[in-house]
Amino acid sequence: MQNDIFEKLGNNLFKQLDFKDFDSKELRKMLFKMLLIRKAEEKISDNVENGVIKCPCHLAIGQEAIPTAISELVEKNDKIFGAHRSHGHYLSLNLDTFSLFAEVLGKVDGCSSGFGGSMHTIDIKNNFYGSVPIVGATIPIATGAALANKFDKNGSIAVSYFGDGACEEGVLHESLNLASIMKLPIVYVCENNLFFSHLRIDLRQPDLFTSRYAKAHKVESLVIDGNNLLELTKTLKYIISKIRKDPKPFFIEAITYRWKGHVGHRDDNDVGVKRSEDLKFWKSKYPIKRLTEGMIKNKLISENEILEIKNEINHKVDSDWQKALESKFPTDNLLIEKVYS
Amino acid sequence: MKKLKYSQGILDAFHYLLDHHKEFFVIGQGLWSPWYVGSTMKDLDKKYGKERVIDSPVSEIGVTGAAVGASIAGYKPLVVHPRVDFMLLAVDQIVNQAAKWRHMFGGKSSAPATFRAIINRGGEQGAQHSQSLHSWFAHIPGLKVVMPYSPKDARDLLISSVLADDPVVFMDDRWLYDEEESVENDFELIDLRQVKPNILKEGNQITLVGIGHSSKIIMDAIGSLENISAEVIDLRLLNPIDYSVIIDSVNKTGRLIVVDGDWSSCGIASEIISSVCEEINPKSFKSKPVKITLTDAPAPTSKPLEDIYYINPKTVTNKILDSINEKID
Repeated sequence: MQNDIFEKLGNNLFKQLDFKDFDSKELRKMLFKMLLIRKAEEKISDNVENGVIKCPCHLAIGQEAIPTAISELVEKNDKIFGAHRSHGHYLSLNLDTFSLFAEVLGKVDGCSSGFGGSMHTIDIKNNFYGSVPIVGATIPIATGAALANKFDKNGSIAVSYFGDGACEEGVLHESLNLASIMKLPIVYVCENNLFFSHLRIDLRQPDLFTSRYAKAHKVESLVIDGNNLLELTKTLKYIISKIRKDPKPFFIEAITYRWKGHVGHRDDNDVGVKRSEDLKFWKSKYPIKRLTEGMIKNKLISENEILEIKNEINHKVDSDWQKALESKFPTDNLLIEKVYS
Repeated sequence: MKKLKYSQGILDAFHYLLDHHKEFFVIGQGLWSPWYVGSTMKDLDKKYGKERVIDSPVSEIGVTGAAVGASIAGYKPLVVHPRVDFMLLAVDQIVNQAAKWRHMFGGKSSAPATFRAIINRGGEQGAQHSQSLHSWFAHIPGLKVVMPYSPKDARDLLISSVLADDPVVFMDDRWLYDEEESVENDFELIDLRQVKPNILKEGNQITLVGIGHSSKIIMDAIGSLENISAEVIDLRLLNPIDYSVIIDSVNKTGRLIVVDGDWSSCGIASEIISSVCEEINPKSFKSKPVKITLTDAPAPTSKPLEDIYYINPKTVTNKILDSINEKID
């Protein structure tokens, strides 16, 4: 599989990080975000394993670069929608580990007041309009949010996150067609991690690239290294600023890889399809590793400073987790009170 | 006062909403066509522009999802499904998404879109062009289901549905489009949360409950029963239901017939009867409750079968007489 992917993606996909247009402050901010997402997901993983967290958690360790890049480009009134694997999407926008932890524990201080769990996160104040686990369901919803943006005529955009699995749902095709014909300001972000649940993309689709669906609907598209934070940031900055001025959809296909199994704390390396060898390769292309090594090499940060950031994050994650454990469960009356307005 | 036709009531509601609510827009198939949605949306695109009255690709789930998304973003969209049958392609967006959006996000967001589904049957259209399925949708917590029988309700409850802060399935029936009623000129702005079943006619011998078009069947059926004092109740809002009006009525009459133009199994007629039975003293029934529904079969195309498939007012008349004459030992 590994060799096939190289042939098809081309050897040019994985480039050295190019630090030319980034200053140290900006880079540290993004590094902090990626490390925080990673640490938060590890905390969740550990507590799924020890049984404290009961709800299904889909972890995105390995995919931290994509939401980090997008979160840096968000403006007021933008509307972002996630899916089942959205902890990173959420945290990239608000760094709020407490409300995420409380939510996965079903506590009233959670971002969805304890009614959503891991699969239903929301923070409208910080542009995150919701994540849901029905595969592909937020694609037309984000498209409709882009229609609202178009009515508002204020240069705001919608972002729809989904995976390569969702590209097998018919609703993607309907949404791309609608966005194209109506010229809606939306970025479709396909995080192509090469897997749906346990099944590899080459066993489900005749082609590795999901962006072919965009081409069919005359939606501009681009395939990109989803583990290269700086290339993602630079490219998306250009695309998004273009869409703000001239509303239309764009489809970005970010190739990446998740380390964990489909759901839960296990690696599920050789469940269904053997992927241990692939994982070894993808760990060498890990976005945080590439960023830190590049920053050190370019003298933009020292080993010691990275350690300090990690310590700060560990402290935040541990104390937010403790606070979330102490938060209360929703009261019984809320079960019915939240059904209607 | 003026005479209002049911179809004109719907059209008037659209004019009202487009005139008074800039966050309101409509989207769906056939909106720029003169024949798709009958006269209920005639020339709206010409008056209000094709940006707010949007004819759409043949993409039920995509378009419905877009309306759900726009409603989450603060707009008040209404999606038109010219036939209920085709709306089934959009059920994920209605049932999994819109209906649950408020609850699953702990009240932090909501998806107050309106899904207008037109019931369009008869005329040998068959199994996939004739469904109503209102009981299906009324099963879903978070979703409101409105089925107007009267021209005034068609007008005023359409406005209520759109302005509600909850997602609403609004079902109007083509068999009612030519019904007429004398109404006040002005719209009555009704909060959908306050809507209860409507007593169309007071009486004390038997309670007859209808839903949408079946309320008309009941009114036609009692025309020939001048000697029987029937109380007729039009349900109007199918979810959530305020049962107090029906329970009070059955406590008074001791007899209950529910007429529903949909299938019997797990249907709204059964739901109404069971909810009433749970609340009243069994001894106060003077006859067994009765439901009159479609046969549990897909809609046929052949005319003679269609004639026995749909509910005939005569059947209702006979069941009323049976119920009045029945003696419970």
